[in-house]
Amino acid sequence: MMKLKNLSKQYGDNVIFKNLSLELKDGEILTVMGPSGIGKTTLIKVLTGLEEAEAGQVEINGNEYEIGDPAISEQIGLVFQDFNLFPHLTVKENIALAPVLVKKRAKQEVDQKVNELLKQLGITEQADLYPYQLSGGQKQRVAIARALAMNPEVIIYDEPTSGLDEKSTEQVEKIMLALKKEGVSQMVVTHDLPFAEKVADTNFDFLKEIENEKNK
Amino acid sequence: MSEIGNYLPTILSGLNMTLGVFFVTIIGSIPLGIIVALAMRSQYFMLRWFVNGYIWIMRGTPLLLQLIFVYYGLGMIGITFSRFNAVAFAFIINYAAYLAEIFRGGIQAIPQGQFEAAQVLGLSKTQSFFKVILPQVIKIVVPAFGNEVINLVKDTSLVYVIGLGDILRAGTIAASRDVSLIPYLIVGVVYLIMIAIVTLALRASEKKLNTWR
Ligand SMILES: Nc1ncnc2c1ncn2[C@@H]1O[C@H](COP(=O)(O)OP(=O)(O)OP(=O)(O)O)[C@@H](O)[C@H]1O
Ligand SMILES: [Mg+2]
Repeated sequence: MMKLKNLSKQYGDNVIFKNLSLELKDGEILTVMGPSGIGKTTLIKVLTGLEEAEAGQVEINGNEYEIGDPAISEQIGLVFQDFNLFPHLTVKENIALAPVLVKKRAKQEVDQKVNELLKQLGITEQADLYPYQLSGGQKQRVAIARALAMNPEVIIYDEPTSGLDEKSTEQVEKIMLALKKEGVSQMVVTHDLPFAEKVADTNFDFLKEIENEKNK
Repeated sequence: MSEIGNYLPTILSGLNMTLGVFFVTIIGSIPLGIIVALAMRSQYFMLRWFVNGYIWIMRGTPLLLQLIFVYYGLGMIGITFSRFNAVAFAFIINYAAYLAEIFRGGIQAIPQGQFEAAQVLGLSKTQSFFKVILPQVIKIVVPAFGNEVINLVKDTSLVYVIGLGDILRAGTIAASRDVSLIPYLIVGVVYLIMIAIVTLALRASEKKLNTWR
């Protein structure tokens, strides 16, 4: 379970959100929706330590951390909107890089995990290809595999279906629902209403939450 | 034909010096250039100011002048180098400045998302630089880097000014002794051969880097 408490972020004088609170239950899929420019990506950046926040706490599995604590981002896997795969590494190498460098796992153990993930996400045949040789949907799945390889408590997606066709979107749905079955907690920022309706257990309405806080 | 055979050994006796300066400069200026490029991106403005001043001087004055200054000028204030060390020092700090500008441009061309992806995965700054950023920078800078390497081949001829014997100096001595242009001709051909080898090596590395995009 992940709980955000009273998170506040501003860029200079521009307050993006203030006292934002949100809860992601174990094994659920939480969609986060709201108009463009409201601060959804900013929220993800704050959670993953890419941006500093003014205040707030994050509770993950009963442990509470002040926002900015690297222990938070260590437990979060992020799937970027434009994937940000490493172009000079093959699919396999993209997935294996962090487990080897950061978790210092043995190469053999990592290889096995990578093969499992490739199979699970249906990209075994692409294992030795470079990102430029992949379709958008395949890139998306590599990005998911790369995040999963670190065994995160929570996985966050930023607009995972933007730029994907119907078939690839369905694949993302399938993957997310399969991960849910395994008990992975997932938070997904999206504009794609039909997609959100299919996967969401709970929806977080960003605009409404911000308005509520303002009217307090 | 026999004339060429006569001159060749004399001229090739300078090849050691030419190649020595070439390789020492390459080996020294690449790491220094990377360090300077990183310093140019530092958050400490004093450091940025310092390296920008250094690059301004290195690129703003002739290498020949820098070489004279390092060997004779620094000697006058008690910092003495052997001739070869003076050349190595002057060439390395000069070429590092040019390479730093090239590397800086290369680092800047890497999308922000690459830094972010590495950070979110938990890579340290060092791991991120060496495993994610640098390999991509290398691909971007190979053409510009290649130009500098080709310039360097020809710049090695500047060492004559402090009395070191490279191929051009060997050729000059032979030419003035025999009042002949043939030694110069041979020297020119030797440079062309070196440039051809460098060009082929650069092509090969570009091709190798084309396995990914
Ligand atoms: N680095 C930054 N510096 C200053 N302001 C920023 C920065 N990044 C984002 N902003 C501002 O913060 C606000 C929220 O941006 P954000 O990218 O989080 O929106 P979003 O909800 O993800 O929108 P979209 O749905 O279009 O992706 C915007 O007004 C944006 O201009
Ligand atoms: Mg966004």
